[in-house]
Amino acid sequence: MEPQRELIRIEGVTKRFGHIVAVDEVNATIRENEFFALLGPSGCGKTTLMRLLAGFETPDAGRLLLDGRDLVGVRPYRRPLNMMFQSYALFPHMTVFDNIAYGLRQEGAGRGEIERRVADALALVQLTGFGRRRPHQLSGGERQRVALARALVKRPKVLLLDEPLAALDRKLRVEMQLELKRLQDTVGITFLIVTHDQEEALVMADRVAVMDRGRILQVATPDELYEAPNSRFVASFIGESNIFIGRLSIAGDTATLVGERATWSVAPGAPGRVGLANGAWAAIVVRPERLHLERLESAVPFDRQTMDAGALNRVDGVVGDVVYLGSTRKYVVELSDGSRALSRVQVGQRGDDLTPGTRVSTTWAIKHGVLVPAEAASSGSGAGTGALG
Amino acid sequence: MRVSPLDPGRWLGAHLGLVLLFLYLPIAVLIALSFNDSGLPTAWTGFSTRWYESVVTDEKILGSAANTIIIGAISTIIATAIGTLLALGLERLTNNALLDGLVFVPGIIPDIVLAIALLSFYNLVFTGLLGLKLGLWSVIVAHVVFNITFVTAIVRTRLRHFDISIEEASLDLGANEITTFRRITLPIILPGVIAAALVAFTLSVDEFVVAFFTAGTTITFPIQVYSMIRFGGTPEINAIATVVVFVSFVLILASQRLTREQV
Repeated sequence: MEPQRELIRIEGVTKRFGHIVAVDEVNATIRENEFFALLGPSGCGKTTLMRLLAGFETPDAGRLLLDGRDLVGVRPYRRPLNMMFQSYALFPHMTVFDNIAYGLRQEGAGRGEIERRVADALALVQLTGFGRRRPHQLSGGERQRVALARALVKRPKVLLLDEPLAALDRKLRVEMQLELKRLQDTVGITFLIVTHDQEEALVMADRVAVMDRGRILQVATPDELYEAPNSRFVASFIGESNIFIGRLSIAGDTATLVGERATWSVAPGAPGRVGLANGAWAAIVVRPERLHLERLESAVPFDRQTMDAGALNRVDGVVGDVVYLGSTRKYVVELSDGSRALSRVQVGQRGDDLTPGTRVSTTWAIKHGVLVPAEAASSGSGAGTGALG
Repeated sequence: MRVSPLDPGRWLGAHLGLVLLFLYLPIAVLIALSFNDSGLPTAWTGFSTRWYESVVTDEKILGSAANTIIIGAISTIIATAIGTLLALGLERLTNNALLDGLVFVPGIIPDIVLAIALLSFYNLVFTGLLGLKLGLWSVIVAHVVFNITFVTAIVRTRLRHFDISIEEASLDLGANEITTFRRITLPIILPGVIAAALVAFTLSVDEFVVAFFTAGTTITFPIQVYSMIRFGGTPEINAIATVVVFVSFVLILASQRLTREQV
C-alpha cells in the first residue's frame, strides 16, 4: 500500500491507573488506508492506547488528533471510529441482523438503507443468510465475522481491532489473518490492530509499533523490524535472535564490541546510526539464519578469506540440541564463553549435517550483525528467543 | 452394570426422599385438613371446599389481603428500581467489602430489630415532627428497606457474568448511555430483575413482624391471620395457608426459572 496522508496523530499521550503508567508519553502517526499494528506483551499499554482512541479512557496528558481534530473529551458515540472487541461483545438478546443494524439505527438510517447495508456487510464477511440467527447459535469464527461486520457497517474512518483473532483456533487464525488483510484492501479503511502475536502483526500490518512498558520502542515495516530492530527488546520480541553484549570501542572508522571473553567487529557506521558513543554498552543482534556453522576439523576452514579480510565474526562452540522444524533445522550451539547461540539451516543444504557434540565454528557476516543499545552485560551474550518457530 | 447396595447414589436418593418428607409432610397435612368438612384435625368427615368459600366471603380477610397486595406491589416496584441501580453501581464502581456488607445487613438482621428501629424512627420523625399517622405507606417504606437488599443481591449475581464490553460496543456504535441502558443493559439483566421482583413480592406478602410494628391501625394479611389464631385456630386458617403455600411456590418457581443462567 502506498504511503498516504496522516490520519491519526498521537501526541505525548499519557495514561495512568493509580501508580501504574499504562501509556507513557506516546507519540505516533497512523496514515490513511494503513494497516497498523500495536504489538507488545500483555500489560505493555497497547490495549489502553486503543481504548484511549475509542474513547473508553481519557488521557492524563497529550492529544489524540483524528484528521486534525482533537478527540479528547469527545464521547465514544460521537467518534468516527469503530471497534471490534476481543470478546466480540455481540448483543446476546439480538439476532445477527439486529446486531449489525444497531449502529445504523443510532444514526437514524431508514429501513431500506439499513436492510441494504446490513446485507452488504453480511456478504462482505461471507455470512449471507445468517441474519436471523442469534449469537449463541454461531461458531467462534462466525461470531468474529459478525463483530467485524457490525463495526464495518458504520463505515468508520478507522477500524480498531482488539486482539481480533485471539479466541480462534490456530488454523482459523491463519486463514483469518489473510482474510482481514483482503478485507482491508476491499473496504479501504484504516485498520488499527492490537495484538501480542508477532506473527499476526508481521503477516497483516503495513507498519508495526512495538510497545513495551507503556512506550513505543519502534515503528517500522515488518521487514525493517526483523532486519533492523532498534533495541534489544524489539530484537528478542520479533522472531528469534542471538544477542552478543559488550562495550563499544570506536577507533576512527572501525568499531568493535568488546565482550567478556571475545571481541566482535561492528558494521561500519552502525554506532553513529543508533547514536552510540565510544564506551557505551551495546549488543549485536544476529538472526539464526544468518549464523553459519562449520566443522572445526574441516580441512578448509569456511570462508577463510573473507574472515581474514575482517568481514566475519567468529565464535567457537559445540553443537548441543538439534531441532527438526520441517523445512529448516535449528542447531543450538554451546559457545566457548558459556552462552548459547541458535543457527537455522535449510534442511539438506550445506551445513545441515551436524550432530550433537560436533565442535564447530560459528560465524556471521559483520554486516548481518545489527547493533542496538544494551544495558550492562548482566546476562552475558546468548540467544533471545521469540515465538516464531 | 451391577449396583452395589453401598452405592452412594442410592443413599443420596434415600436421603433426599426423607428430607422432602420432613419438609413437606406438615404442609401436606395442612392442605388435606383444609378440605376436611368438619374442619377439625381429629376426624375426616368428607371432602369439602366450604372453608375456602367462607374465606372468600370474609370481608376482613379480603380487606387485609388487598392491603397486603398493595403493599407488596408498590414496595416491590420501588425496591426493584432502587436495588437494580444499586447493584449496577456496586458492581461497576466499587470494590468495597464494607459497602457490600452495609447493603446486605438490613436483609439479615432479625426482623424484630429492624421493626423496632423503623418504629422509633417513624415515631420520631413522621408522627412526632410531621404529625403523620402510620398506615399503608409506613409498611411500604419498611418493606422497601429490606427488599432493596434482596433485589440488589439477586441482580448482582446476574451482573457478575455481564461482559462490560457489550455496553462499550453499544457506545462505540453510536448509542449514548441512556439508550445503551434501555436497549442493551436492561434487556440482558431483565430476567434477573424480574426474579428479584418476584422474590421481593413474596417476602413482602409473607412478612409479619415489621408490618405488625409499623402498620399503625392498618391490618395486613399476615396480621389478620395472626389475630385469627390468637382467638383460637379456625378451619379457615388451613384454607388460607394452603392458598399462601401455593402462591409462594409458583412465585419462587418462576423466579428460579428466570435466574437460571441463559446462553
